[in-house]
Amino acid sequence: MAQVQLKNLEKVYNKTNKVVHGIDLDIKDGEFMVLVGPSGCAKSTTLRMVAGLEDITAGEVTIGGERVNDLSPSKRQIAMVFQNYALYPHMKVRGNLSFGLRIAGRPKAEIAAAVDKVAEILEIEPLLDRLPKQLSGGQAQRVALGRALIKNPGVFLFDEPLSNLDAKLRASMRVRITDLHRQLKAEGSSPTVIYVTHDQTEAMTMGDRICVMQAGHIMQVATPKELYNAPANLFVAGFIGTPEMNLVEGAMEGGEFIMGSQRLALGSDLAGRLSSQPGNAVLGIRPQQFSLVSEGPALQAKLVNAEFMGHEVYMHADCEGRRLVSVVGAAEFEARGQSDVIRLRPDPKTLHVFDKSDGRNVSLHGGSIAA
Amino acid sequence: MADITMPKTAARNSDEAAAAKRARMDLVSAVVRYSLLFGVGFLMLYPLIWLVGASFKTNSEIFAGAGFLPESPTVEGYVQGWQTSTPYTFGRFFWNSFLIILPKVIGTAISCTMVAYAFARFEFPLKKILFGSVIAVLLLPNVVTRIPQYILFRDLGWLDSFLPLWVPSALAGDAFFVFMLVQFLRSLPTDMEEAARVDGANSLQTLIFIVVPMLGPALVSVCLFQFMWTMNDFLGPLIYISSVDKYPVSLALKLSIDTTEAFEWNRILAMSVLTITPALVVFFAAQRYFIEGISAGGRKG
Repeated sequence: MAQVQLKNLEKVYNKTNKVVHGIDLDIKDGEFMVLVGPSGCAKSTTLRMVAGLEDITAGEVTIGGERVNDLSPSKRQIAMVFQNYALYPHMKVRGNLSFGLRIAGRPKAEIAAAVDKVAEILEIEPLLDRLPKQLSGGQAQRVALGRALIKNPGVFLFDEPLSNLDAKLRASMRVRITDLHRQLKAEGSSPTVIYVTHDQTEAMTMGDRICVMQAGHIMQVATPKELYNAPANLFVAGFIGTPEMNLVEGAMEGGEFIMGSQRLALGSDLAGRLSSQPGNAVLGIRPQQFSLVSEGPALQAKLVNAEFMGHEVYMHADCEGRRLVSVVGAAEFEARGQSDVIRLRPDPKTLHVFDKSDGRNVSLHGGSIAA
Repeated sequence: MADITMPKTAARNSDEAAAAKRARMDLVSAVVRYSLLFGVGFLMLYPLIWLVGASFKTNSEIFAGAGFLPESPTVEGYVQGWQTSTPYTFGRFFWNSFLIILPKVIGTAISCTMVAYAFARFEFPLKKILFGSVIAVLLLPNVVTRIPQYILFRDLGWLDSFLPLWVPSALAGDAFFVFMLVQFLRSLPTDMEEAARVDGANSLQTLIFIVVPMLGPALVSVCLFQFMWTMNDFLGPLIYISSVDKYPVSLALKLSIDTTEAFEWNRILAMSVLTITPALVVFFAAQRYFIEGISAGGRKG
């Protein structure tokens, strides 16, 4: 019904400044797709091209199989929620919700019924006769959501809708939005969602699939689980997950990773997938996949700082001049983390090896590292 | 200053004394500042106060002294001044002014909004050159265009009518207002307009339902400026209007000086008071919006 396809999509500003470099992306009907990336990665520009608020320099956008490049935003069966809500300041909430329907010239009774229904879903009935300036951030965002919902669109576009809210509200709005998506799906309307954010937590928790972008390129499109467990390259590895994955430069030699004076055996499984050729590499270790050991093969490091988070501790350690972050249970930290020199053993099954020259994750499918 | 060997109570006393001294100094400073402000303000306002006072004086009393309180207040100046030396009453001249101001103000508000919206929000060929020429017109002294304009309006057959006085402005001829609205629009975020486009509004609907309400304060200032400037415009009517029955108030005031041999100053002053009244009333009524509008250029959206 409303699958969205981007085909070799490009955006060039002022004839020379290329910000989107030929993006290909298939978004399935009813899918919750998150575009995530650091600021300036052109994710918002991409979304605005889908919305029709930005001209498309080259390539194609199709919605529901129909090419929409030259259609006005209102003809694309989309609705959009903006970062700073973009509520019409001089209209009451009711007016804000119904504006689109009034412009379309729908009968009054139908508009009133639609407003009431949306207000009920979003629990904003008591706010209907208020002006936007009398609303809190969370209320304003719910009204903005309602304004999109009332149109019953095929595709919802969200442009960083939660970044102006405080952390607590953001967490609850996150759940509210995904709940709403599920509810709509259950009712059979199955809207597609494209959600832009720079916050990887939002991306991981909300998306059916996530499209990680950097500098106008797509780095990887995958489910949250796949992105976390099998990042395709250094960028995705560093971007997804908190705390960030440790990325340590070193050399590969005969199934071992060498950093400074220390050597780490990669395990036969991983070593078998890599070519035996030696080369420069970057080793990726998730902070959660270290265990503190008192003996056996491990990286030796000097404990620099420890952040107590309650049930776990973030340990910052110095290993051969590189900063390693590890997350260990509070009890484990009490038992073995009190000495100056700690021994950190990574789980060999979850290690990633990246080619230093092009950032590919060579441990995924095997392959060689440039010397 | 304070002696370090001084006992504690003495130190406290000297603290209190210092505080009292500071309070006294603050009071003196406030009194001085306010008297100065009041004095200068009064000096600036005095001609206006005198004008109002003198309009209730008899003709002979006006030049007798510089005081503004009339000895025996009389409305004779108003009664006779209203009658004028022409077959028309002053009401006629007010009506003429109104006939110029109304289309001019409405036309300016509509046309300048549309032009400013286009310059601020759309990309079109030659936009930079066109906007540059708007600014150039802004910098051009009015005098330079008087003669070409006169010839143009003469050839159109518009002389001795109100048309030359309001038609150019009603077609966004006042670059100042266009510029002012463009600046104001640039300070407004475009999100609301984009939301409206997504909601299905076309450019004109977006302009009317979304942009104009947000432009409110700036539009009020535009209308006020235009109202006051037109009310006070003397040169325009002087050049284009030749029949007395079409005179606006600004010319009519001059008329009473021209035609009377011995100037009836009390009538002139009385009519001057009436002339500035509408502008003052409108200004004070809309003052809040006016100040919002002219200060809005520096406000973040």
